[in-house]
Formats: sequence, C-alpha cells, structure tokens
Amino acid sequence: MDPDTTTAALWWAVVFSGVYHGVNPGMGWPLAVSAALMERKPSSMLRALTSLSLGHLLAMAAILFPFSALLFLVEWQREIQFAASVLLISLGVYLVINRRHPRFLSRVPPHRLALWSFLAAMAHGAGLMLVPVYLGICRTIDTDAGHAAVFTLMGGNAGIAVAVAVTHTLAMTASGGLIAFGVYRWLGLKFLSKGWFNLDLLWALSLIIVGALSLWTLQW
Amino acid sequence: MNLRPDPTFHATPKLAMEAPPETLAFTLMLSPDGSQPDGLAVVDVDPGSDTYGQIVHQVIMPNKGDEFHHFGWNACSSALSPLSGHAFLERRYLIIPGIRSSRIYIVDVKEPLKAKIHKIIEPEEVFAKTGYSRPHTIHCGPEGIYVSTLGGGGKDGTDGPPGIFILDCETFEILGRYEMDRGEQTKHYDFWWNLPRDYMVSSEWGLPPQYENGIVPEDLLSNKYGHKIHFWKLRDRKNVQTIDLGANHQMALEIRPAHDPSKDYGFCGVVVDTTNLQGAIFTWWQKDDGTFEAKKTITIDPVPADADDLPELLKGFGACPPLVTDIDLSLDDKYLYVACWGLGEMHQYDVSDPMNPVLAGKVEIGGIVKKTPHPNGKTFGYGPQMVEISRDGKRVYWTNSLYSTWDNQFYPGERGAAMVMANVGENGGLTLDENFWVDFPEGYRSHQIRLEGGDCSTDSFCYPSV
Repeated sequence: MDPDTTTAALWWAVVFSGVYHGVNPGMGWPLAVSAALMERKPSSMLRALTSLSLGHLLAMAAILFPFSALLFLVEWQREIQFAASVLLISLGVYLVINRRHPRFLSRVPPHRLALWSFLAAMAHGAGLMLVPVYLGICRTIDTDAGHAAVFTLMGGNAGIAVAVAVTHTLAMTASGGLIAFGVYRWLGLKFLSKGWFNLDLLWALSLIIVGALSLWTLQW
Repeated sequence: MNLRPDPTFHATPKLAMEAPPETLAFTLMLSPDGSQPDGLAVVDVDPGSDTYGQIVHQVIMPNKGDEFHHFGWNACSSALSPLSGHAFLERRYLIIPGIRSSRIYIVDVKEPLKAKIHKIIEPEEVFAKTGYSRPHTIHCGPEGIYVSTLGGGGKDGTDGPPGIFILDCETFEILGRYEMDRGEQTKHYDFWWNLPRDYMVSSEWGLPPQYENGIVPEDLLSNKYGHKIHFWKLRDRKNVQTIDLGANHQMALEIRPAHDPSKDYGFCGVVVDTTNLQGAIFTWWQKDDGTFEAKKTITIDPVPADADDLPELLKGFGACPPLVTDIDLSLDDKYLYVACWGLGEMHQYDVSDPMNPVLAGKVEIGGIVKKTPHPNGKTFGYGPQMVEISRDGKRVYWTNSLYSTWDNQFYPGERGAAMVMANVGENGGLTLDENFWVDFPEGYRSHQIRLEGGDCSTDSFCYPSV
C-alpha cells in the first residue's frame, strides 16, 4: 500500500470509530434527548452533547498523550506499538470474559455528564482502541524520523494526538447528535428500545481485532 | 442477557401505556399462622381465556413462616438509561422477601406457567451482610436491586435502624447497605425515586416490636409510629432533608412519585391521624431551590359506628377509621387510587392537579362495619388493600389482607383471601367487574399483585412522556 492510502485509511478509521461510539446509545446520546425533554428546550440537548463530547475527548487525550510522550524513544517505537497491541488484546479478552458493566459508573449523578462520559470511555477502552491507529499515523509521517530533532518530533506527535482525539470526538458527537435530534424531533423514544443492540461482545471483539491487526503490521 | 432491550422496557410511561395489556398477574399468598408454606399464585387475567380469573400455576415455597408481603422485578424500564449500564437485562425474576423470616426467594417466571425458584437467600446471609432484617419493598435502579427493610439487627430487629440494601441485578448477591448518611432516619417502610432528578423518598412504618405481634394501641395513641418522610440524594446515598408530617399522622406508608420524571411531585399515604381518626394523603414536591415540601391534600373521615359492630381495638372510639393502607398512581399520573381498608372502600382521585385532588370514583366492598359483598354475591373478607393498576390504566386489581396479625385485630376470625378487579370509566369512575373473582386455596390470605410486563408500582422511567 502506498503511504497516502495508508494515511487516508487510518484517518478514516479514526472517523469510523467515532461514528461507532456515537450511534451506540450506551455511550450517551439518549441522555441528550432526556435533557431536552426534561427541561423542555432543545438547547439543553446541545449542552448535554457538549458535556458528553468533552468527557469523551478528555478520555481520548488521557490515553493518547502518554503514548505521544513515549514516542520520543524513537528506537523503541516497535516495542511501544507491541505493548499497546498486547494491552488492547488483553482488555478485549477481559471484556469478552467479564461482560459486566462497572458498577461505579452508576454512582455518577445524572447531571455530571462529562464525568460519566469520561469514565465510560475509559472503562470500555475507547481511547486505547485508537492507540494503534494513532501510532500508525505517526509512523507514516515520521518516515525520516532519524533526521528530525527529538523535540519537534514530540511536538508533531502531540499535535497528531490532538487531531486524532478531536476528529474522533467530532465524528462521535455529530453521529450521536444527529440520532438524538432525530429521535427528539421525529422518531420518538420508541426508537430507543427498537434501535438499541447489544454490542458488548462485538465491542470486545473489535478491541481484539484492532490489537491483532496492529501486531500484524509490526512484521513489516 | 438479551441482544435487544427487553420488550417490556419502555422509555416513557406513555409508551408503557400503549404496550399490549397484561394477560397474567402474580399474587402473593401467605399462610397467616405459618401452618403452610407461603406461595406465589399465577392468575389468568386474559378475558378471552377459558381460565380467566383462575390460578393457573402456584409456586409453593420450601419453608414455612416467611410471611410474604411486597415483591418486585429484577429489572424494569429504568434499564433504558445509559447511566444504568444494564440495558440488556431480562425482566424475568421476581424478588420475593419474607418479612417475618427475612428469607428472600428469587423466582424465575420466564415461563410463567412453569415458574420456579431460582435462588434462595437465607436470613443469616441478610443479617450478616447488611445488619438489617425483615426485607420489604423491591425496586430495580441504577446500582442494582434496592431492597428496603423494616428491621435492624438482633433478635427483635431493634439493634440499629432499618434501611436499604442492594442486591446485584444479575447474580442476586447481596452487595451491602445503601446508606452513607442516613440523617435522622430511624424507621423504614417504602421508598421510590425520580431517577433523572437523582432523588429518593423514603417513609416510615414502625419497628418490629410495634407490628410483628399486632398493632400496639398504646404506641399508636402516643404517636410512636413513623410520621416522617425522608429525601435522599440517590447516587450520593445521603439523606438531605426530613419532613415531619406531624406526630399525629401515624404511619406514613406508600410513596408514589409521578411516573413522568419531568414532574417533580409525588404522594404519600398516611394510615391514621390520631387526633380525629382520618386517613390522609400528602402531596410532596421539589422546589426550585432543590429542597422539598409536603402538604396534606386529601383527608378521609371516619364513619361513626356502634361499638357492637367494632372489634375490641376500636370499641372505645365509636367510629370506624378509613385506614389508608395502600395507594397507587396510574401511569399517566392522572388517577390516584386509595385503599380504605377499614371502611371497605376503594377511592379514585383525579390528581391532574396534584395540589387539589378531586374524588372521581368509589367502590364499596368489604369493610369492618359495612361488609359490602361483591356484585357476584360472594363475601369479600377484610377490606380493599394492596392495589395494582394495569399499565393502560383501564383495570384496577386489589386483594384484601393487610398483615397477618393486624388482620386478626381489625377483622377477627378467618375471612378468606380475595382478589377482585374494577374497570375504570372513560372519564373516571370505578366499577367492580362481576366476572372477575379469584378463588384461593384454603387457609391462605392474599397480598401484593404484580402484573406481567410491569405495572404502576414497579417501573421507573428515565424519559418524560411527550
């Protein structure tokens, strides 16, 4: 694959994973509908969506930034990606075996949506899933990394981390927001129980698959 | 685990009202003297069926002396909030506590006609893990299954206050006590909540020595039963406000919040006002600053009676108190049903304006003095007690026993179990259905009713009706 196609594919993966999170009711869009209905004004939906996005964005950043900091260890890049892949696969396997929802999430009061969104994303490894994609993007750019000064590299990697987190979160907010608005305006809440699928297993498996793919690319 | 949300979960009360009507009811049967094991009766309530109004299956427990009272589901419409994190639970198990034994049965009703015991939690486990005893009201909520208790630790349940504990909603393991700060709460009865607004309301009956061997008249006349309601920050597990309804308002029992979570009010029934023997309903509401207030909005007067017509306990009063022992609110938050167990009346109030309820319908049946028979001619023992409303609000079911030892004081002698149904008129009004009468096995009394797929006192909704 030529580098441009690879880069494009990786960015599409960032967008796609955002949409995947966004449409899943479990990640929060019904709470935006609820907010608008409870307070009888559509602007409350926007506020709720903003809180949910903020929490999600922070969760992405909290995972991606430590990796971008690690990337100055240029000669260890392969090992870092290996470790990230193994971590991802382990979390996936854990979520396949333990299908229970972490109980501390239900202790979060409903008005603290950003906190809830942050914790939910962390607990389900949403940020971790982006790590191999992120590392991949960094590699396509740093082909002549040997010549780059360490600090510019780090700055560049941090910039990419921000771009990945923001792109992913925007995709999530747009797709979740669209559904929330559709349900609020036209579809009605019946859509919630009709259109909600149990993706827990699929989610856990996708963590494993992304981890495995990332391991596979390491052979090149 | 389901792949889709359980079809009996509904986002809003309105959607629940539009769902198909119930075809089965689950009714608890108790042996008042503990001579037989208690049981769960599965009752056919499908008018098109050949066995309409009959018990079509029974689950009889392996122990005696449990004394069944209230019960509830393992999961309800509250699971449809992403905050709860368990949207794919099945509504499949009934959690049935024995208030005398403190034993808890988990009954699997996936196939209602083959309903069977799934798990038994022995009393010792309840005592050891919670320090509470005499489990009572069940509600499924954000952290699992919440169980209120009527007793603290020790043999007579007075070692520490009673409270709420939480059961895991999948394994039914006891997770531990709910409260982190109970404030001045020292007694317990019912509880319910508004999930999006994050508050819970709880009420008070009395401590075990005040009820287990019968009502204690001296305690009642000196206002020693519960008369407060408590408001909690649900997820913080903290009592944030206690409202004293006045010491004369003895036994604040059922808590019925509006089902639509955008409404910020609810009701509480008071059994008896010791100054005048009235029964009362309080409306409580949340103010803009987040604090709560309560006001008496319904009073029901006692009826003068000849001492000869009254049981020993009431002879001195020369009147029959209404005894408001249960209340229930329809899913559209329009009608509040009030059981007057002493008078033998079921009242229907239009509570569209919760501060100004209007009596819209009334049925007379049973009663200490009146002893009104059912329209089919049969004798209805005791009075209307535990009431349950169909989701669509068109049918109201009730049974007749209050609590074994109290039944015996207010209605001496064995009067038989009953379960009847009344139809609700297009614009209110309540009429007993002549064709619906459930015959129970000999020696049993009947208590709470649960309807297949949820009813008006089980499900908590997280989204407002539009």
